[in-house]
This record gives sequence, C-alpha cells and structure tokens, in this order.
Amino acid sequence: MLRITCPYCGARDHSEFLYGGDATLVRPEPGCDDMEVWYDFVFLRDNPRGRHREYWQHVQGCRQWLVVERDTLTHEIFSVEPARAPKKAPVLTGVAAK
Amino acid sequence: MSGQRNRLPEGGRIDRNRVLGFSFDGKRYQGVHGDSLASALLANGVRLVGRSFKYHRPRGIVTAGVEEPNALVTLHDDGRREPNTPVTTVELYDSLRAESQNRWPSLAFDVSAVNGLLGPVFSAGFYYKTFMGPRKKSWMFYEPFIRRAAGLGRGTREPDPDRYEKMQAFCDLLVIGAGPAGISAALSAGRAGARVILVDQQAVIGGALLDRPVGAPSDDWLQGAMTELESLDNVEVLTRTTAFGVYDGNVVGLIERVADHMPAPEAHGVRQRYWTVRPQQLVLASGAIERPLVFGNNDLPGVMLASAVRSYLNRQAVLPGKRAVVFTNNDSAYATAMELARAGAQVTLVDPRATVADALQRGLSDAGVELLAGRVVSTAHGRQAVRSIDLGAYDQASGGCETVERQIACDLLCVSGGWSPSLHLHSHLGARPVYDERLAAFLPGPAVPGQRGAGAFEGRFALADCVSSGSAAGLAAAKACGHEGGAPLSAPDVESDAWQTPLLPLWEVPEPAQAKHGKKFVDQQNDVTAKDVAQAHREGYVSVEHLKRYTTLGMATDQGKTANVNALAIMAALRGEAIDRVGTTTFRPPYSGVAIGALTGPEVGREFKPIRRTAMHDWHEANGAVFTEAGPWLRPWYYPKPGEGVDAAYEREAAEVRKSVGIVDVSTLGKIEVQGPDAAEFLNRVYVNGFGKLAVGKARYGLMLRDDGIVMDDGTTTRLSEHHYFMTTTTANAGKVMSYLEFLLQTAWPELKVHVTSATEQWAGIAVAGPRARDLLQAMIGDIDLSNEALPFMGVAEGHAGDIPVRLFRISFSGELAYEINTPSDYGEALWQACVEAGKPLDLALYGTEALGALRIEKGHVAGPELDGRTTLDDLGLERMASTKKPYVGSVLKRREGLVDASRPKLVGLIPEDKSVRLRAGAILCDADKIPSGHGRGHVTSVTYSPALGHWIGLGLLTGGPNRHGELVNAVNALKDETIPVRVTSPHFFDPKGERMYA
Repeated sequence: MLRITCPYCGARDHSEFLYGGDATLVRPEPGCDDMEVWYDFVFLRDNPRGRHREYWQHVQGCRQWLVVERDTLTHEIFSVEPARAPKKAPVLTGVAAK
Repeated sequence: MSGQRNRLPEGGRIDRNRVLGFSFDGKRYQGVHGDSLASALLANGVRLVGRSFKYHRPRGIVTAGVEEPNALVTLHDDGRREPNTPVTTVELYDSLRAESQNRWPSLAFDVSAVNGLLGPVFSAGFYYKTFMGPRKKSWMFYEPFIRRAAGLGRGTREPDPDRYEKMQAFCDLLVIGAGPAGISAALSAGRAGARVILVDQQAVIGGALLDRPVGAPSDDWLQGAMTELESLDNVEVLTRTTAFGVYDGNVVGLIERVADHMPAPEAHGVRQRYWTVRPQQLVLASGAIERPLVFGNNDLPGVMLASAVRSYLNRQAVLPGKRAVVFTNNDSAYATAMELARAGAQVTLVDPRATVADALQRGLSDAGVELLAGRVVSTAHGRQAVRSIDLGAYDQASGGCETVERQIACDLLCVSGGWSPSLHLHSHLGARPVYDERLAAFLPGPAVPGQRGAGAFEGRFALADCVSSGSAAGLAAAKACGHEGGAPLSAPDVESDAWQTPLLPLWEVPEPAQAKHGKKFVDQQNDVTAKDVAQAHREGYVSVEHLKRYTTLGMATDQGKTANVNALAIMAALRGEAIDRVGTTTFRPPYSGVAIGALTGPEVGREFKPIRRTAMHDWHEANGAVFTEAGPWLRPWYYPKPGEGVDAAYEREAAEVRKSVGIVDVSTLGKIEVQGPDAAEFLNRVYVNGFGKLAVGKARYGLMLRDDGIVMDDGTTTRLSEHHYFMTTTTANAGKVMSYLEFLLQTAWPELKVHVTSATEQWAGIAVAGPRARDLLQAMIGDIDLSNEALPFMGVAEGHAGDIPVRLFRISFSGELAYEINTPSDYGEALWQACVEAGKPLDLALYGTEALGALRIEKGHVAGPELDGRTTLDDLGLERMASTKKPYVGSVLKRREGLVDASRPKLVGLIPEDKSVRLRAGAILCDADKIPSGHGRGHVTSVTYSPALGHWIGLGLLTGGPNRHGELVNAVNALKDETIPVRVTSPHFFDPKGERMYA
C-alpha cells in the first residue's frame, strides 16, 4: 500500500487516489494544430526505472490533482505537491522538448 | 489421562484438569487444555499423521509450528471444512474433528504407497516429461487425474457460514514476533511513550521462552514483561495473529484468528479479523526456524526437529519417545538432549563435530546422555515409524562416511541442522538476504527504511542477545517517532546459552558405500529428494528459481520453510560455488496460509459493493418496480402490470408514453455545476460545439471527445447565468467526466477562473415525455408559462410544483414533447408523487430504463452501446455538430488517418426484412452476398421492439453506412446460429423531422 501525503489532507492510502499518469508531459496549447505534437503528448510515454513524476488525484478526499514524485522501482515517494502550482517546473520529454 | 501414554505426569504449560475430547480419522482421543492438535496426537502416541504428496510415504509431525511440512489435516466437515491445516498450528478444543489427507482407503494402508516402489520413475520433472507429450493437449487431459492422485486436501463447496471483519490501524511501532526480542522491543518503546502494537501468531506471548522448562528464571522475566505490557495503555498486544505480508510504506497485513481455537465463532462474532496496520516504524523479531538434516529415510515418522521436541516436552509435557537419538551439527540441540534425559528418556547424542565444548560435555554426562562425537546418522530405518539408525564415523576433512559402525535402536530421532532466520517479511519489499558463513544461514540484508531487526531474526540466538538487540531496536524506533528516553532492558538471569563450538555445516549426510540407504528428503511436503536436486542440476537447471519450478521444491503450503536453505546449499555444492553466489528464491506474501474469507471480509453478497439509490427509490420499490444495475446505481428497469414480463412491460410503457404521457426517474444522470468568469471559455474547450454564445436560460446538447479524438460523453448543458452553467453527463461516465474536468482545470489550464462541483447527489430528476406532457405539468406547476412561445424547445425555467421548488428543462431524449424536472433531492419523492397524482386523469405511464431505451432507439439517439470508446463524431453522424471555428479537446487527433478512413463503420438504422423476426445486439453485419468471416462490416449496437412501428428495429455501425440506405445486409449471430437479412435505413425511425418534439 502506497501512503501518499496529500498536501491538503495528510498521509492517506493510495486506494483513496486516482492514478493520472505521467506528469512530466506538457499539454500543448489549446490552439496548437500540430498533429505530431498532439500525437507525442497523447501516445508517447517513457517507462523510467527510478524517479518519476506522476499525477494522482485525491478523489476520495479533497479531489485535488497532485504531482507525486515516486521511485518506480522501490515505490519510495519523495514529494507530493499540488498540480495547480508545482514548485518544480515539469521536465519536458518527447517531441515537446524538441 | 487415559490413553495419553506419552504425557508426563507433571510439568508443562497445560491444565490437566481440563480434558478435551477430539477425533482423528474418526478415532476418539483425549487431550488437555494447552495442547495443540500436534501435541495431543503425540501425547496419544499417534505418529502416522499423513501420507506424502507424491510417493504416499508415511509421515508424522516434524515441527511445532507454522513451518510444518508433513502433518496437514482437514478440519470440520461442513461449510467450515478447512483442508491443508498443519496440526502444529491448531489449538485443541473440545470435540475437534480432524481427518488425514492424501490417503486411500486408509492412512495405515494406502494403495498409492506403491508409488514409493516406483521411485526412480517419479523423479524431478516426471509429470511434465511424461504427460506433456508430443501433443499439446495431453497435459490438459492428464492433469486432473494427476492432481487427484497427488493431492492435498479438498475444500468445501458450501458457502462459508462464518463472518470476517477488517480493521484499520495506525501506530508508531509495530513489533512482529513476541519472543524475548519482540517483547523487549515493545516494552522498551512502550516505556518511552510510543504507541506500539505487538503481534504474535501463538495464543500466548513468549516465543522460545515457553520452550524452556517450566519454572526456569526466564518464566519470571516473561511474567513481569507481560504484566507491564498489559499496564501500558499505549501498547496493544495481538495474539493468535500472523503478520502475513509487508507492503509499500511498511504497511503490514495481519490475520487475527479470533475464533479458530473454538469449535465455532461466538454468536454474532467473527472468525478472523484482517488488519491493515500503518506503522511509522517496524521491528521484525520473527525468530528463526530450525533446519532438518538430509539423510536416508529422514522423513520417517518419529524424526522431528530437536527444537520441536523440546517445545512439546516443556510446553505440553509430552515425551514423544523413550529411546531418543539427537543428531545435531550445532549446540542448540544439546538442551533438548539433556531435558529429554531428565524427563526419563534414554538419549544418545550424535554430533559430526570431532570435539564439543567441555561445558556441553559435562552437561550431557550429568544428565546421563551418551555423546557420540565425530559421528553421523547416515540412514534411519523403520516401516511406519523410526526403529533404528545407522551410525557412521564422519571424516570432517573429506566430508565422507566410510562405514556403518553400528545400528542404534530408537523410537525418536531429533535433528538439528542449524537455524534459518525467518526473513520472509524482510524480503517482501525486495531486500536481499546475505549469507553468513559462521552461522551457515542467510541473515537480513541492508535494512529497508523504517525497519529494524532483533533477536534470532538477525542470527542472535542467545537469550541475552535477543533481549539487548530487541530493547535497542525498540528504543531506536521510538526515538524515530519522537519518543526519547527509556532505558535498555535487562535480560533474565539464566545460564548463558550462547553457542560455544562453531556449527559444522552438513548439508547432505554422506552415505557409506556398502550400506542400504533410503531416500534423502530435502523438501518433505513436495517429496523432493537430494537426488532430484542433483538431477535438476544435471539437466541444466542451475538457477534456484528454475530448480524450484522444475522440482516443485519450496512450493505449496509450507513454502519450503524447512527445505529451501538445505536445497540451495546442495545446489551450490553441485555447482562448486559458494552458497551466497547461488542466492535464495524470492519470498512473497503471504508468510503462511490466509483464508480467502478473511481477505474478502464483510464484502460479500449485498455488501460486495456500495449501492446507490435515487431519492425516489423507496417509492419505486413499494410500487413494484423491477430494478436493474447501472454502474453502482439501482434504476427502475420496468414496472410490470400483473402477469407482465420485461418485454410486455416495456412495450406497453413505451407505447403509453407516445400515446399520452409518461415519467421516468433520471436522477442518476451526472450533474456538474460549472461556475466562474471563464466558464464559457472552458466549455468551449471541452465540448466540440460552442457554448459561449448560448443564451442565459437555454440548454444545449453537447458532445465531448477524448484527447485522442474518440467520443467520450454527451449530455445537455444549461446556462443558468452569465458565469454559471449546469452540465449533465451520462450515468455511466459521471465520475470520469468530473475527474477529467478537474484534471484539465488543475493541470493544463490553471489560469482559467472556473470551479466545477459535482451536484449529482443534490438533484433528483424526472423526465416527463409524451404528447400530453404539457398538460401534466400545467396541472402541477402554476408559476411557469409552459406555452411553446414562453418555454420553447431547449428552454429552461424555474418555479414551483405546489410547494416544491423545480427547475424545468424542455429537453427530449424520447423524441416526444418532453421536459426534465429537477428538484433538490429531499423533494424527489414528493415531486414524483405529485406527478403520479396529477397524471391520474391523463393515464400517466411509469416507465423504466428498458422503455427509455426503446424510445431513444426509435429516434436514433446514440447512447452507451454506440459511445463505446471506439467511435468518432463522424461514425455517429454527429460531425456536423462540431465547431470549425474553435479548437477543442480532441479536435486535432480526430483528424488522424485511421479516424477519417472512409471505410469506418458508421451509424445506420436496421430493420429485419421479415418483420416478425427479433434482432439481437452484438450480431455481426455482413454483406448479403458474402460468407460471414472475421469481424464482418460492422455490428448491431442496440435493438428494441418498436411499439410505434410494430416490429423490431436496431441501430448499428456499418462500413459505408450512410451511403447504403435501402441495401440488404445480414445480421449474423454465431452464438445463436442466426442469419437475419436486415434492410439498412436512416437511424431516425420515428418522427424524423422532430415535429412532436417541437410541438
């Protein structure tokens, strides 16, 4: 059982949360009409071994979307912060980084 | 005490006055309070308890704990039937009934024991090699027969009559194992003020202290500790509780056996309790398990672990044999030998080590034990129990044994091959054990954060070390939780039991060349011998993980707790490598067997998952509605008149709606308040059609796509004020849409000033549909002008039905003149009743989801079966709704090549050529002139009998659909072996111009 420390609600079981996937991706602007950019954003994912930033929503709590930095190998959690205002700028990956 | 011929007249931690009757294989015996089933059987001289898995060899009790490989029985013979239960873990209660397993017709005379004579045939991999065969299916054919012949016990097919419950717990420190180390940890941390939970799988705490003779100084120490633990409010002690797994974040799963020591749980009580404990810190004091020695016929009943014999002797005053041989390669079994002798047995101790410490020699001679140093037991003899052993001189330099010196008669053979710390829980989070040459054992590797070890778990076998390491671990863990202070605990005042002579590793006892020797078992539960390990090695299975799978070593109920280390040491010797290079297999939860019922807990039957009910549910129920599940919701499916089934009911309900008026409960639709100055912009981004220019007081049908361009959901959204929209979603997707809107607002567009709130629970909804819908509302609502001019199609108004506040939306799913009335949920039932009352003169129909579906199919409206996560706007004929002037979620990727392919199946209506025929959803649509193959050209998505048209109709997705109206295709249902010619039409079967809707 992962224990995620929600910045609003405190330490909770991961079963209270909804997994939302890779948080390092940057969503293209709504007006972006480049199919390749959208394709990369929607379909291409890295599968890192080690530290990874990912979205989790505290659905059975405050309903806030959070960015959780987690080790995919050991499941150690390093940080949890609100997705609305992450302290760390997301790392660009894939085509969005080019 | 009648019949308990191996019970000593005094001693032990039992109450001889509380006699308990029990039966084994139908024969009646007596035990006493404080007995385990194992000790009671041994007290009665029962040695033969089971037959082995593969060879059906006679087997007895080997251990005194959860590691027992052999003595598995079935308890109970009703719904509580529990197979494969080690007798060593069962507390005796009055009227207990146990049956042996894997024997036919009886335990003493077992037909399949002939397998033993065929030993060479049944070697490692035998089943796979023989029955896999050249033909793929042969294993599938033979497997059931093999499983029946080589089996464990059978479970019951009756429902479990017992109740289980779940507990959630939090603490600073969880201590697993309440031997001297665990008790010291819990007490030290408890004194420092930490919140502590101490768990132990046995009925009383004390662990190995209880294996010492009654009255030893350690008893006083234990009693003092128990009293103090009980006095500390911040310490909770859970006995009969197994920690079966450690999970991420050091969350630990426990099973508390509340009632397994009784014939049945107390009335209204639970059988077991499943705890999820979330400690800040974890102390593992899970002890160690003694290893058997590998020699010929080491599986004979009467061959037992030395520590187990000591346990039975001192706990239950059972002397399992009068003429005992103790065979050990380390100091720990010496105490067993001395105590057996003091209890009246004639004892010989055989030790391969050439010399042993003087103190031990003195102790043996004082107790009258014969010491045979530099010797080994090369083979045991006996038919259904051990009768004698072969003694040989052991050459430590060569590791060989040349000749059998003599035979020694015995009825009990106690063995000790060293100790393996119980590292299972330590390894559950991926920690790797490290091999220790000195102890010839795997010790815990680098600690997982938040975990500490203590006592025998860390290879500290001396009592003083257990106490000091436990105390230190407890204090450190308390400190880590912010509880400073507390002093180290002092150990009981006993003679040192530290090992004085190093252990001599002896993984496989050598065989004298001329002697007659038997099978040398490594894993008794799976009948894996040293020869099987060698064979696996010869055949190239050099990894321990492969060895395990090929020979089945370490599998089944005991998971090789006594077998694994011996096996991999033998494997290492064969490979010519050090043991640490061979490594161990992976430990996974559970540590010992866990009942499925405990994991399920109370979540069975109606409690399996939460049920959502609408505000009008009780009324529906009282008025005969038949319900259907829609996700977690229960919705009225249909309201049968006497004698009606579902078909007759929904056909009538749908016809009545089109004739006059009907009402349906639509409270389950998802409802989301969208508020803020950027609400219009937000909706413009998430819907394919525009919402910015929607007038206040108007509703609009909207469609959402996923980012990949596939349709996600639809619904109506109303503008209640400049910055306030009210969105509805389908019942099924309400939660998904809500989370997705929150995701977009919080992660992608945090600059938008918009707040979304779920209001599904807050509003009850009733759809009113039919040509007389306006008449019905007129009779109920006085303060809203219902005229077509004042409240046109897609108009919204607020008012009252009597005292009930209502919000009225003129929207239609049925194609009729229709409205949806929303009211705060508490008014839901009152509003429903008001409709029913006002509808009496209008022949009001109540309709359920089945008629709702019939009406929408007649109109060609898409719903769940069409919005199946694979369809695009264009597939559904809805492309024209999409704005070309603005971007929206999915607007780019919906142009992907595959999604604009002209051959994609598209929405059509389907009418059977023979109007009397029923259509079936899921049928494959195939060209009329072709033999059906593959996925055809599309499929039938929704079907209904159309009361308006008088025959079956369907919606479907068909390649080239819109251009094929009028064509004949086949709807093929291979399951029913049906091929139905259907005519392709427009999906708008009924009132295609929508004249009724706008009336």
